[in-house]
Amino acid sequence: MAFYIALFLTGLANAAALFLVASGLSLIFGVTRIVNFAHGSFYMLGAFIGVTLMQVLPGAVGFWGAIALTGLAVGLIGALVEIVVLRRIYRAPELFQLVATFGVILVIQDLALMIWGAEDRLGPRAPGLRGVWRIFGEPVPKYDIALIAITPVILLALWYLITRTRLGILVRAATQDREMVGALGVNQAWLFTGVFGLGSALAGWGGALQLPKGGADLLMDFNIIGAVFVVVVIGGMGSLPGAFIAAVLISVLNAFGVAFLPQSTLVLMFVVMAAVLIVRPYGLLGREEVAGEHGQVGAPETPIRPYGPRGMALTTLLLALLAALPGFAEPFVLTLVIDIVVFALFAASLHFILGTGGMVSFGHAAFFGGGAYAAALLVFHTETPMELAFLFAPLAAGLLALAIGWFCIRLSGVYFAMLTLAFSQLVWSLAFQWRSVTRGDDGLINIWPADWLNGPLPYYYFTLILGVGGILTLRHIIHSPFGYALRAGRDSPRQAEAMGIDVRRVQLVAFVLAGMMAGLAGGLFVFSKGSVFPTELEIAKSFDALIVVFLGGVKTLAGGVVGASFLTSVEHWLTRLEYWRLLLGLVIIALVILMPEGIVGTLRRLALRLRRSDEEVSR
Amino acid sequence: MLEVSAIHSFYGKAHILDGLSFSVARGEVVALLGRNGAGKSTTMKSVMQLVPPRAGSVSFEGRELVGLPAYRTAKAGLGYVPEDRRIFSDLTVLENLEVGRQPPREGAPHWTVAQLFELFPNLAERRNNRGKHMSGGEQQMLSIARTLMGNPALLLLDEPSEGIAPVIVEQMARSILTLKAEGLTVLISEQNLHFARAVADRAIILESGRKKFDGTFETLEKQPEIRDTYLSV
Repeated sequence: MAFYIALFLTGLANAAALFLVASGLSLIFGVTRIVNFAHGSFYMLGAFIGVTLMQVLPGAVGFWGAIALTGLAVGLIGALVEIVVLRRIYRAPELFQLVATFGVILVIQDLALMIWGAEDRLGPRAPGLRGVWRIFGEPVPKYDIALIAITPVILLALWYLITRTRLGILVRAATQDREMVGALGVNQAWLFTGVFGLGSALAGWGGALQLPKGGADLLMDFNIIGAVFVVVVIGGMGSLPGAFIAAVLISVLNAFGVAFLPQSTLVLMFVVMAAVLIVRPYGLLGREEVAGEHGQVGAPETPIRPYGPRGMALTTLLLALLAALPGFAEPFVLTLVIDIVVFALFAASLHFILGTGGMVSFGHAAFFGGGAYAAALLVFHTETPMELAFLFAPLAAGLLALAIGWFCIRLSGVYFAMLTLAFSQLVWSLAFQWRSVTRGDDGLINIWPADWLNGPLPYYYFTLILGVGGILTLRHIIHSPFGYALRAGRDSPRQAEAMGIDVRRVQLVAFVLAGMMAGLAGGLFVFSKGSVFPTELEIAKSFDALIVVFLGGVKTLAGGVVGASFLTSVEHWLTRLEYWRLLLGLVIIALVILMPEGIVGTLRRLALRLRRSDEEVSR
Repeated sequence: MLEVSAIHSFYGKAHILDGLSFSVARGEVVALLGRNGAGKSTTMKSVMQLVPPRAGSVSFEGRELVGLPAYRTAKAGLGYVPEDRRIFSDLTVLENLEVGRQPPREGAPHWTVAQLFELFPNLAERRNNRGKHMSGGEQQMLSIARTLMGNPALLLLDEPSEGIAPVIVEQMARSILTLKAEGLTVLISEQNLHFARAVADRAIILESGRKKFDGTFETLEKQPEIRDTYLSV
């Protein structure tokens, strides 16, 4: 019994940091409607700044003072990020906001690397709270007890701030109707900056408070964001008590998981999340999100038209060029083109559900990596012939998409995005932790194609035919009645249902199809590289695809392909630089602010403007 | 006090206000009349800078408003009560009033929560109720009271009588006359001619975003053809 109580206390102590970070995310989302993916980065900054300050400031006063100062510092950094980046994109579609916050993640990662170096930092022990107390004979760290005491105080302070102060009232009012708050004379810009600063400060405090239990390293940002999303989704977006309950639930379960089923720790929380969402789709204390409730509905999209003769000719020319490429190009160019085609197919499959279906998935890597792993596992464990294993990639990814889609389709908007991300993290944690099958981060190696495909030239044509074929198939479907039904469901779900379209079913089929195509890309990928690692399932991989779709432009069909070519080429030479993330992040942020329609969209608008001014001159 | 000259306002590509000009003098209550879609609400939003005019000028006590964000317009002394009331439904009556609170303003009546509860006694009884548990009429009163908490010099009232029980409409008319007596200037948009005549000194009639009539209700009554063309259903 005593052992269980000790485990329970450990879980409660772990909930402190998680709750702080999650409450910050929830608060920011409530007011600004931005899902701040960079929130984990503020947590990481909190840890690093905390370590640095604790080394400078002496004693117990120094320790707690350092924690307090860290929150303030991270809050200021957050406010700065809000003013420089986010303030410009509040009215932009969700995808743009996500891409911008991803840019922030990259920038902060490299800045942290520059300032603190690549080595992990061990957190100092809290002065006066070094040892353990015996509770029913079991040792419980004193610092854990301190955390357990602190957490309710923080919850209470936040609750007081939100329910009893003018700032809190304004925050809640703005959560409902920002424009009206402005019309009543409140400068929303500063309200938003303040809330963003406060949310970031909470993440910073979370990072500093956990130091004596953990430390500071450069992977903290991505490591926490999955758990934070799970907490916020389980608790209900925008609900502080919900975040508290969920943080405690997840942390306690995790403590028991570590003790009894150590392999399952990462998977466990996603299972809990899935179970909660089946019963309560908007979380324990969440409120249903009504699309367009917050005035985010933009102008209707112009319909996508099939290419005219000129577009057809250009495409044919490009394909002919690619087919003839091995005749004159260096081998490394062929490898680069294989990478581009694989990535373009992956991005096109995401673009299919995102652009045409209006479903912003943040976890598309699950299907790319899922397909790659499916094929690799067959080859690795059963020595299945490559042809058969290759076919299994899209099939397995499709089945995975069917299972994940069944949960996710029932939600929309931010909930859909978060849930897809959480599920992709589930798949990632399976690959990462189920070492006996997947070999964890050692990856699966020696996954080479069959003899007749081995070698750069045959595999180049193999990739070209299947990759281009996949992209063309997706294009064809967009222009088919099924594509129309999908777009109808995106633009006006109720109207579509009134016309007899089973919107959810159409969306699920599209989701599965996109999963299969991503799996196909994954299959092509694994046999071109000969290996697969859990990195192919990471959040960063999903974000890469999102960035590509964004770069190319959501509303254009060629977007995915152009974006993929751009990003793959840029990464090829950027990654040779030491601080390439910083550069890439800055480029992304600049693009979001300067080219909100993506590369293709912006070029098209420029062309239109030029043509129009020509006409005006000739008149 | 308010000088609107030749404003053009758009929703996307739709041209809603077409060179509209009018003025409101201090202490006046002016009614904007017209059918659905004539541009009454857009006029209100354009004055408030919620739908900024693309051309023309809106000047308030000699100060140009076009180009300012809505919160600055509010700070300049304009109070806006939207047509759909836009109560913060998760907030209580007292909290809704708190959102509207601004420091006292010279040359405008100063309101306290107690005074507003006197003006709208229904609100006093429901001070701790959430906005979503209130009737349409109560929400309308709350919306007006919330805006008055900002101590505006000019009140923009967008269709206050719409969708409200007749008893409450009468009460609303009395409240508006009280506001006028306090020295507030009011621009009110209405479809209900009787209500407008009961509270306003002057009528402006809109049709397709253009001004068709501007004068007293006596003058309007002498020109029944105008009423028949632009107001009757």
